[in-house]
Amino acid sequence: MVNYLTRRVLLAIPVVLVASFLLFVFVRATFDPTARLREGRGGVAAVARERDRLGLDRPIVVQYGDWLGNFVRGDWGESERTRTEVFPTIRRALWFTLQLIFWGVLLAAMVAVAVGVFSAVRQYSALDHSFTALAFIGLALPPFFFGLLAIEFLGVRPKEWFDLSEPIFYSVGLHSVDRSGFNLDYVRHLALPVLTLTVQIIAGWSRYQRAAMLDVMSADYIRTARAKGVPRRRVIWRHGLRNALIPLVTVMALDIGVLFGGVIVTETIFSVPGMGRLFFDALTAGDATMLTAWMVVTALFIVAFNLAADVVYGWLDPRIRLT
Amino acid sequence: MSVRSRRGRRGRWSGVRHEDGLRRADPALGERTEQTGFGPTELIPAATATLPSGRARGEDEAGRSQLAVFRRRFLRHRLALVGLGILVAVAVVCFGASWFAPYDPRAQDLALGPVGPSASHWFGTDELGRDQLSRLLYAGRISLGIGFAVALVSTLGGTAVGALAGYFGRATDRTLMWVTDLFLIVPELAILAIALQYFGQANWTIMAVLAGLFWMYAARVVRAQVLALKEQEYIEAARAAGASPLRIIVRHILPNAIGPIIVTATLAVAGAIIAESTLSFLGFGVQPPDTSWGNMLADAEGAIGTDQAYLLYFPGAAIFVTVLAVSFLGDGLRDAFDPRSGRR
Repeated sequence: MVNYLTRRVLLAIPVVLVASFLLFVFVRATFDPTARLREGRGGVAAVARERDRLGLDRPIVVQYGDWLGNFVRGDWGESERTRTEVFPTIRRALWFTLQLIFWGVLLAAMVAVAVGVFSAVRQYSALDHSFTALAFIGLALPPFFFGLLAIEFLGVRPKEWFDLSEPIFYSVGLHSVDRSGFNLDYVRHLALPVLTLTVQIIAGWSRYQRAAMLDVMSADYIRTARAKGVPRRRVIWRHGLRNALIPLVTVMALDIGVLFGGVIVTETIFSVPGMGRLFFDALTAGDATMLTAWMVVTALFIVAFNLAADVVYGWLDPRIRLT
Repeated sequence: MSVRSRRGRRGRWSGVRHEDGLRRADPALGERTEQTGFGPTELIPAATATLPSGRARGEDEAGRSQLAVFRRRFLRHRLALVGLGILVAVAVVCFGASWFAPYDPRAQDLALGPVGPSASHWFGTDELGRDQLSRLLYAGRISLGIGFAVALVSTLGGTAVGALAGYFGRATDRTLMWVTDLFLIVPELAILAIALQYFGQANWTIMAVLAGLFWMYAARVVRAQVLALKEQEYIEAARAAGASPLRIIVRHILPNAIGPIIVTATLAVAGAIIAESTLSFLGFGVQPPDTSWGNMLADAEGAIGTDQAYLLYFPGAAIFVTVLAVSFLGDGLRDAFDPRSGRR
């Protein structure tokens, strides 16, 4: 297992390096850090001074090398929008986003497994058909539309209908102003953004889990297990689900990228000061330093999640460790 | 009829993974998972590749031409017909907006202001007094136009790349797979948003940028098809007869892979519409004075909880209904093209 993991980590390093280089060039090509100065009073001289200070006239590879060296040491530069250090800003934002993604993945995985197993065991039952219909609806609902509907019908309106002093589910931030920690207030803030973030994911994963489970349940070894008298419950959960989880883990790993994209929409709608909101603000302001760091941090996280998925594979399917 | 038995090879593509298709226009998911390079995922399909085939349909289909079999299966798929009907209807009213729209979508009536749905304004008006139905139809022209164009361009490009990679293998193949892997580790939405800043946010650049990201799905699907088909005896026969690679690909391989290609294209329409509307909603996509469904939703965000909440429903419903129709259609097409897929 250690061997296998080491190999995985070593394989991921060049991918991250190449990706970060491409992202660096991509952002540098898109945004001009001196754009603001061009419109200012300093004129050409000020622009030239700033270009010189930032070393923008050196070859791009040299600039990347510099940037990488600083990045590894935790010096991620200064935001062009707010003139604050990028590293602490991203760290703060990441904390909010990871909360959303953590609860989102947990919720989606639990619902997907429950729905998938039920639908496969009771194929073509009324409930199975309802889940299928719901999944089609969920997949066709763009998150931003769902988010707005959720605010309307689960946040704002119930307050009027039931004449409450405050909404049941909040739609701004993750905590009330002077509250923190894990409590009911947190859950009431979390419910709508997490649902918005995951509605498509839940629908997709549960369809996937259903298909995988159906597939596994018709395998020979399931018949063997049944034939030799293993209790039904044990066949479903130990022999069936454990094998049917492997494809789900694959999709989960792939969809982490979708989730990091999804927080851009979710956090913008729900005013969560996380990575998504940060991206939105940085892109709107053309904040190149922030965007580069954002992209690379996100890529690192996605790679890390993929590595975690590898660990889970190894645990679910011992054959994999040998390859 | 030997063509049909060959279709059996498509099991991996058609079976387990299709149902999560919509989110990323994604029958390619199955193909993608095999080669992500992150995991020992090569082993995964082994767990899912063999699907029990659907109900035997052999008898009543014997002796019919392929097209007849396809048509028969497709017509039997009621949801797909409904989806096709809705899609055609939406496309007709949107592209024919200049005839169907009751008002000029940009005409303001400040004295009228926002009024709810009524006989004279079916979908109501916004605070500038603009007729929402008319705006919706004109916005649909842009949303659908981008969606269809992206699907067409990305499928053509992806098919070309996928066919070359699958047929010639080696460097083309490795490069292609490597590029797709790279794209998996950064959020698509972020790349798209930045790319639009770089290329500018004209409607055709939005189309081009989206197509620039969507071609990979078609390429994956086609590549897998070509890999399977090129080992067939009839390809070898064609080669022995002296057919050029181009001829073999275009005349002998691609026609047999047309099913998955069309399904991918269909789902790409849904994926592109969602991607465009998301970008437009955030303000990174279609720019005023042009309006897409995403822009209309962005405009309506402030209407939540007010009396004008209806502003929110119609553009959202338009996206929802269109995407749902496309996914029904894609589902039906897949079942019709693939003899092995039962109705699971």
